[in-house]
Amino acid sequence: MNDAMLEIVHGRANAQIDPSLQVWGWEIPVYLFLGGLAAGVLILPALLELLSGKKPKSMALRLAPWLSAVLLSLGMGALFLDLSYKLHVYRFYLAFEATSPMSWGSWILLLVYPVALLLGLGGLTDDERQRLGAFAGKYRLASLVTWALGHADALRRPLLWAAVIVGAGLGIYTGILLGAMAARPQWNSAILGPLFLTSGLSTGAALLLLLRLDEHERHVVVRWDVGAILAELVLIAVLLVGFATGDRTSQHAFWHLTSGPWAAPFWSLVVVTGLGVPLALEAIEIRRRLPLAMLTPILVLIGGLSLRFVLMISGQASSFREFP
Amino acid sequence: MSRDKRYAMVVDTRLCVACKACVLACKGENAVPDGFSRDWLVEEVRGWFPHLTAENRSERCNHCAKPPCVASCPTGASHVSDGGVVLVTHDKCTGCKACIASCPYDSRYPHPDGYVDKCTFCLHRVQDGKLPACVEVCPTFCLHFGDLNDPQSEVSRLLRERKFKVLHPETGCQPNVFFLT
Repeated sequence: MNDAMLEIVHGRANAQIDPSLQVWGWEIPVYLFLGGLAAGVLILPALLELLSGKKPKSMALRLAPWLSAVLLSLGMGALFLDLSYKLHVYRFYLAFEATSPMSWGSWILLLVYPVALLLGLGGLTDDERQRLGAFAGKYRLASLVTWALGHADALRRPLLWAAVIVGAGLGIYTGILLGAMAARPQWNSAILGPLFLTSGLSTGAALLLLLRLDEHERHVVVRWDVGAILAELVLIAVLLVGFATGDRTSQHAFWHLTSGPWAAPFWSLVVVTGLGVPLALEAIEIRRRLPLAMLTPILVLIGGLSLRFVLMISGQASSFREFP
Repeated sequence: MSRDKRYAMVVDTRLCVACKACVLACKGENAVPDGFSRDWLVEEVRGWFPHLTAENRSERCNHCAKPPCVASCPTGASHVSDGGVVLVTHDKCTGCKACIASCPYDSRYPHPDGYVDKCTFCLHRVQDGKLPACVEVCPTFCLHFGDLNDPQSEVSRLLRERKFKVLHPETGCQPNVFFLT
């Protein structure tokens, strides 16, 4: 046993850093969850319209872009709460740093708003447009609304594509934000980008299923959710294979998630509750033509939030300090 | 100050007695807030009694040649300054803590005033022709500071003549604090 080793650190007990990193609390996983959700809610109705060529019928899908903007704003609120120098928040928008995923993200967040706003406007019915015009007229903004509605209609197709692209950027960046950090073996995988996007699509579909949809729309969204859950399971498997076959830090990350300290929440909340059970329920519901239980989308949402929390906590605990 | 300097620190682990004078000197010089440290001591003991070996290391930010903290900073607050020294511009820092999470050495910490803080190699002293505070006070003379691009400097000579290591070279950050073994 020549490899026995004891390492004692003196003169340092930095708050939030020692004994293991705890700089990011609940705010960041909540933001990553809401960001993914906003991406899913923005992308799914846009894709549905691009593929069918028809505007969505239900109010929930027509106004989904606005829901996406609200979710993103809630997420950005959580992000703001996390900043330890809140007065300097404007600094994000005085710079673009090409090597920083967070800088990419802060600019992508800004792109979501105009796209979501115009897409939602274009989805309004004639009746709703009249009411909006009358409301805006009270504040002498009628001409602005007419102008915006004109552009929302004229640019409908480019806006739909923009929603898909900006939404994908938003979903992927939330994963790359963590995945780009070589210092945290538990995060250091490029798979996190597509994994978080897929989870965003799945949770986005789940949230839409909780709203009142048209029968046909519900049918399509459930099927897409099944596809997203399957893709997510494959990506999680690929993530684990990458860890298991990597260097010793990656192997440690594999052990952490699959049988170590984070195994219980990972398997029970993320894999079984968030993916396995809803997948089985949705498959049964499609097969037996049963009405969708409210439980299924709620489980998917719990799973999506758990995925972010498990990775956030386990990732911060993983460090090169474990490998002296 | 010319841009082509490459400041580095060399720590002689055979001389270090882990007395923590470097830690106190740094706290005094840089007004490091209570409960935080920019440098620290690691005592590494290997083997089983009576066959033991010990290594004492005075550690700090490695002022990496490829600093992941600078790459991950969204505002440009973390930057590479004179002589390759990695600094944080307090006025640009939002306290997002991406740099802290991306540092494999966990050398940064959130300052109670909001910005992220770290070792500066005492650049304010070095630019005045002085040594960093930790080097200045070391009673065993185990800390050496200088310019790696100057072949005549003490740090260059030590790295030519002695065996050395850096911490976690596998991270690819190319750290600039060297430990003589």
